[in-house]
Amino acid sequence: MSHANPLNEHMHTRRQWWLVAALAALGLMVIPGLNMLPESSPLWLPDFLVPLLGKFICYAIVALAMDLIWGYTGILSLGHGVFFALGGYAMGMYLMRSIGGEGVYASELPDFMVFLDWKELPWFWWGFDRFGFAAFMALAIPGALAYVFGWFAFRSRIKGVYFAIITQAMTFALMLLFFRNNTGFGGNNGLTDFKRILGFSLQEPSTRLGLYTASVLALIGSYLLCRFIIRSKLGRVLAAIRDEEDKVLFTGYDSLQYKLFVWTVSALLCGMAGALYTPQVGIINPSEMVPANSIEMAIWVAVGGRGTLIGAAGGAFLVNGAKSWFTVAAPETWLYVLGAIFITVTLFLPGGVASLRSRIRDLRTHQTQRAAQKADAKPAADRSQA
Amino acid sequence: MQGLVPPRFHWIPGGGSPVKHITTAWLAAAILLLASAFSASADFESAFLGLGSSSRNTVRESVGELAELNDGRALAALEALQRKRLRADDTGRLFIESEAGGSFVDALSGELAQPKPESLRTPRINNRLRRALKPAIAQLQLRSADRDVRLAAAETLRQRKSPSAAGLIRAALEEENDSSVRDALLVALAQIDLAGDVPALRRTAVENLGRLGDRAQRSQLAALLEKNADGSPQEADEELRNQARQALARIDRGAFFVDVAANFFYGLSLASILLLAALGLAITFGLMGVINMAHGEMLMIGAYTTYVMLGLFETYLPSLLQGYILAAIPAAFVVCGSLGMLMERGVIRFLYGRPLETLLATWGISLILIQTVRLIFGAQNVEVENPDWLSGGYEIFRGVVLPWSRIFIVIFAGFTVTVVWLALQRTPLGLHIRAVTQNREMAASLGIATSRIDMWTFGLGSAIAGLGGVALSQITNVGPELGQAYIVDSFMVVVLGGVGKLAGTVTAALGLGVVNKFLEPVSGAVLGKIFVLGFLILFIQRRPQGIFALSGRAAES
Repeated sequence: MSHANPLNEHMHTRRQWWLVAALAALGLMVIPGLNMLPESSPLWLPDFLVPLLGKFICYAIVALAMDLIWGYTGILSLGHGVFFALGGYAMGMYLMRSIGGEGVYASELPDFMVFLDWKELPWFWWGFDRFGFAAFMALAIPGALAYVFGWFAFRSRIKGVYFAIITQAMTFALMLLFFRNNTGFGGNNGLTDFKRILGFSLQEPSTRLGLYTASVLALIGSYLLCRFIIRSKLGRVLAAIRDEEDKVLFTGYDSLQYKLFVWTVSALLCGMAGALYTPQVGIINPSEMVPANSIEMAIWVAVGGRGTLIGAAGGAFLVNGAKSWFTVAAPETWLYVLGAIFITVTLFLPGGVASLRSRIRDLRTHQTQRAAQKADAKPAADRSQA
Repeated sequence: MQGLVPPRFHWIPGGGSPVKHITTAWLAAAILLLASAFSASADFESAFLGLGSSSRNTVRESVGELAELNDGRALAALEALQRKRLRADDTGRLFIESEAGGSFVDALSGELAQPKPESLRTPRINNRLRRALKPAIAQLQLRSADRDVRLAAAETLRQRKSPSAAGLIRAALEEENDSSVRDALLVALAQIDLAGDVPALRRTAVENLGRLGDRAQRSQLAALLEKNADGSPQEADEELRNQARQALARIDRGAFFVDVAANFFYGLSLASILLLAALGLAITFGLMGVINMAHGEMLMIGAYTTYVMLGLFETYLPSLLQGYILAAIPAAFVVCGSLGMLMERGVIRFLYGRPLETLLATWGISLILIQTVRLIFGAQNVEVENPDWLSGGYEIFRGVVLPWSRIFIVIFAGFTVTVVWLALQRTPLGLHIRAVTQNREMAASLGIATSRIDMWTFGLGSAIAGLGGVALSQITNVGPELGQAYIVDSFMVVVLGGVGKLAGTVTAALGLGVVNKFLEPVSGAVLGKIFVLGFLILFIQRRPQGIFALSGRAAES
């Protein structure tokens, strides 16, 4: 596998910082600036694009979280869609509560509860009328779920394909649960018709721009956090777990603690992304939890480049940008494109787009050298990893 | 007519007046009978012709008369009238138009007839007439020579509980010999009698309900035990209350037993589907450590193959239409098997040793397959009609019908598992598959072409899923997303059953299927499923290798 080695990363570090700074400036200044231009200007960024970009940024945070657990620790999760949706639901509950009496039924209760003929707020909705509580829960609930699930799973040393499948089972079960009307989260329709956040109307372009900016800041924060984790000693242990877990155990490290930590952090990041996603998209419903969504999250990372943070985040933009374009321009072809992405990336570009440059350089080098590299790569692709 | 020829010994000469009187009486009776037979026949004719009248009142009176005359010949005409297929021509003769329309039979004789279409008139019916028609038809049906017609009529009466039918049912019971029809009639009568006020009849009714009734009659019995606001029982008759209590207990026991049996059967049929879906998955996972996310799509393509076969038979071999499914089985096997081998050769073999990437790549394949099917057959579900011999069902208990299609699936799954087991245990390919599963390097060094075995195994696994698709097409609608509905469950079967052991897969499928169906009534379908998934996640923590873990060296990898 062609993960960038630590030495290499170090050498590129200054250039990387410049890249990050440039991207941050683009996200924080250029895009809001373009949006604030007068509408007549040819450079004007239309208002509807701001929440769309905000949505992509949330996905990019998810991709970072996914890269942390898959790219750096070698654990493929097919359950990150759940953590994302749980964060989204926690924020959605706050937004529902802050509609107040302006719903269709003009009741203090959320509309769907009136519809179900519920007389009072269920206990698990208590406290969600406060933003701080909701924001805390958007992190705490995915984090707690991940911690408990991970503790059970990692303790019995479930890994590889098995882990992927049971996370998918968890996703499926929770999706079914949230589809039920009686679970208390709006069933099929989910939570929607939001009016305001912290007193600001969600219809206002300025609120949208604010949410977008918050998302960019969250992305930068997530990037710094992930970067800190992977470049610390902890990160080296994680990479070791990915490559040769048995040896890590023999050397005296308790891999359970490391995996549990990074798995929980990953879920927290997803929860935060979900909480930012809901007010910008205006709806959260159980279809966010379909197993297919979680698998797509893996492909964002694979496309961008596993084991590189900027690559993973970029992959989220690439795939979702393509999705937005294709589903409008040629809806029938989108699944073909997505399927082809899955196949070609895994077959021909395991390092993702981030590895393209080195791949091209490789192609230029001598044939014998390539053969030698392949022979080197073989042992890593050991069947016993299954 | 016996009265016409009185026995000779009555004619004893000088036998005294009583005898003579009797003879005269006999004669008189005979004549009367004859006359009434003629007049009855005349009544029937006139009542029958009255059905064609343009006055709805006349029609209704005729229906009443025909019901009183109780002559089975009128049944067809009455039913036709109810379904608006009765026609009268200008001479008053009645015809019944066939369901498809266009052809006619004589309403009385049932023979084909060719009335002039322009002379035909359809007697109109209204609600009042409909109300009169229903009991009349039921009554005539109860006298039908066909047992199934009588049973259906008795069932209708049992559901309707109309007090006016009591006499009719009693009369029918006198002559009825078939036990199922008798039982249904007894329940129908008991419901009416219990609602009445003759104490003796009510007690018999409660007894009969306890013996023959089911949940539909439960509430009527339970009402007997209810109390007034002051705590006094609503039903004064204490013995009746005791009887009702016993009858209720008996019904509940029966219902519980029926429930268990029905759940078990439906669980078994779900398990068979899961088994067909998971069997191939388990074999390939055991062999290659690869989870094929496109496996569900093989089910879907197997089902669509069945649909295509049905279409082909309809067009080219309509005479053999009933056998299309027998042709679909090998077709699905071949189609899905080749697709599987193609997948293995084209994509999966390049990804050996990278199980997680394989998972993603096969997901990509599944997206492409779904979209391709959607573009060819449309996003809507298609319906695959069961052949006649698989529609309908077998009634094991009253009210519990096991559909033939599900029985077929259970048998088919059993058959498939046996064949696969034999193939794995008794054929050279099976031997090689087992060898590679247990130790790939060792098998390779002993001269087994592991790569070719991988290809065949992948083909075999996909082909079995195709068979599952054929089975699935018989019980559900076929759509592009069909596979997605079953894939998570079949993963669970593989995970629960462990790899490398057929017995594990079979046990896991049976367990999951049956447990699912038993949880459904308790907690609802969705919560039941969630419980099962939750249980599974916990189970894997305890036994990561599945139920039947391979022991010893084979477990190391």
